[in-house]
Amino acid sequence: MKSLTIDAVNGLCGLLFIALGLLFTYESWVLDMGTALRMGPGYFPFFLALLLLVLGIVILVQATRVKGEPVGPIAWRGMLLILPAPVLFGLTVRGLGFIPAVFLTALFASFASLRMKPLIAIILAVAVTLFSYVVFSLGLGLPFRSFGPWLSF
Amino acid sequence: MELFNNLLLGFATASTLWNLLFCLIGVLLGTLIGVLPGIGATATIAMLLPITFQIGDPVSSLIMLAGIYYGAQYGGSTTAILINMPGESSSAVTAIDGYQMARNGRAGSALATAAIGSFFAGTVSTVLIALFAPPLTAAALKFGSAEYFSLMVVGLVSSVALAHGSVVKALAMVVLGLLLGLVGTDVISGSPRFNFGISEYADGLNFVAVAVAVFGIAEILRNLENEHERSVMIRNISGLLPTREDFRRMAAPILRGTALGSALGILPGNGAVLASFASYTIEKRVSKTPKEFGKGAIEGVAGPESANNAGAQTSFIPMLTLGIPANPVMALMIGAMIIQGIVPGPNVATEKPDLFWGIIASMWIGNLMLIVLNLPLIGLWVRLLTVPYYVLFPIIMAFCSIGVYSVNSNAFDLYSVAFFGLLGYALVKLRCEPAPLLLGFVLGPPLEENLRRAMIFSRGDPTTFVTRPISAFLLLIALAVLIIVFLPSVKKKREEVFAEENT
Repeated sequence: MKSLTIDAVNGLCGLLFIALGLLFTYESWVLDMGTALRMGPGYFPFFLALLLLVLGIVILVQATRVKGEPVGPIAWRGMLLILPAPVLFGLTVRGLGFIPAVFLTALFASFASLRMKPLIAIILAVAVTLFSYVVFSLGLGLPFRSFGPWLSF
Repeated sequence: MELFNNLLLGFATASTLWNLLFCLIGVLLGTLIGVLPGIGATATIAMLLPITFQIGDPVSSLIMLAGIYYGAQYGGSTTAILINMPGESSSAVTAIDGYQMARNGRAGSALATAAIGSFFAGTVSTVLIALFAPPLTAAALKFGSAEYFSLMVVGLVSSVALAHGSVVKALAMVVLGLLLGLVGTDVISGSPRFNFGISEYADGLNFVAVAVAVFGIAEILRNLENEHERSVMIRNISGLLPTREDFRRMAAPILRGTALGSALGILPGNGAVLASFASYTIEKRVSKTPKEFGKGAIEGVAGPESANNAGAQTSFIPMLTLGIPANPVMALMIGAMIIQGIVPGPNVATEKPDLFWGIIASMWIGNLMLIVLNLPLIGLWVRLLTVPYYVLFPIIMAFCSIGVYSVNSNAFDLYSVAFFGLLGYALVKLRCEPAPLLLGFVLGPPLEENLRRAMIFSRGDPTTFVTRPISAFLLLIALAVLIIVFLPSVKKKREEVFAEENT
């Protein structure tokens, strides 16, 4: 009897789609279904969600049969520093203003690479900030405050 | 005669100083990102979408975005020939023989061949768009909800067929995209759905945020997985003008490539990429000296380059006439139209003829700019390759954030970018193609709306989709495509094609 082996990539992929399928099935189940003639808001998404669920199961079943390539390297450091960068911009753009927010975002994202040196990162962030100010605020006239209320004393 | 008047209107619109400037910015920016590896046309256009809102004029914005698209194809083939590194997937084939030509000291001829082939293909496909767009729009205006529904099904199914890797995964990505597209408020009943208690999602997920995250952020993360040095040898490029013998050898491949590319470009999915591969295969098969292929055959550059440029141009046809995107870039163009308050579809040609014909004419002007500007600028582009990647992505991140924020001045959209960036990266790691997801996302709301309307018109009778001849025909095509991709022999061939492409 051969033991059941599951290909990591496809197994995870199947599980992810199954989870998303279940989530959307539940979310559309609580909506008004309506009839085939007058479909409610839940009718079409409900069948889509069921289809997603079925496809997820198919992928999971296939994963037990075919062995694929491994997942490969994962950019942990990149995820830790790249994904929060837009969040940082969103949190600071109103309070600190446009100029400090751009500077912080560029500086923060710089360190996602192991090759980046602090001095180069600062020079780069200053350059990006200057360029953005000239192009977006002066050139395109985006209505952003350069410095926000947190910085007015 | 009408064609002539239309083209005249187009050229008058496209050749105003302002529009020429945006066309120039577009093609230069496109070439730049085509040359720089690790950042593609889709990501760039996604990031620039919000900025087009500030430009104000829809014609200028769309001309610029279109310029980025075909400019990037151009830049991609330059790096493919000079350093064997295709900047865009459509120029992957060009690298095979183009780089060999460069190694044999014929880099100049290879670059010129690519440029001439692209320009010829661009000219022919511009005429083709002008010829075929009006009858298609006229036909599309007669379409009812059932036909639109079936047409979108064909589009989604073909995007699955042309995606890399597993067909089942691509199907799942389409369905997930459709569901994400439905987040927000139900148009017909006005009731909220799938907003997970987040009031900011009442108007649906922000298209720009999703596109930037899935194509831009996920791509950056993938590039950060293993950072390695790029070795660039800058050579002096001489002898740009091909010999008479070169001209004789490139003529037939350019003609064949143009025909093939024009036909495949209309297909949803990524027709331009497919066309360049198909063209290479054909050239190798019809050649009297197939052994030269892979060792610097000029036909191997001329054919695929013409094919991918023709394909890139004709992919505008379904977008302009039907409002249905053939690839992610066209989905973004539709997004750009919506941002500008234009409803994509067959009405664009009649209500906004200057926009419609202006874009078409600008493509020819843009191709002319590329051939005039780029050959002398090749030295500059090559020098740009020495810019290290770690300098690029902080810049990209800053522009992404500014761009997404500027759409609605809503910080919440930036949190969506982080979330969908994570989801996009996870899906890429699980070897799922992002393109079908984005197409599904764009087509989700109109697909549902047309389904519901068709059912109301037919008084709840679902056979309406098969009893109306055009709708039935379209659904048959969709079914045929699905059957073909699942056929064992085709499945194997398809895997071979994509395996070649990935190397």
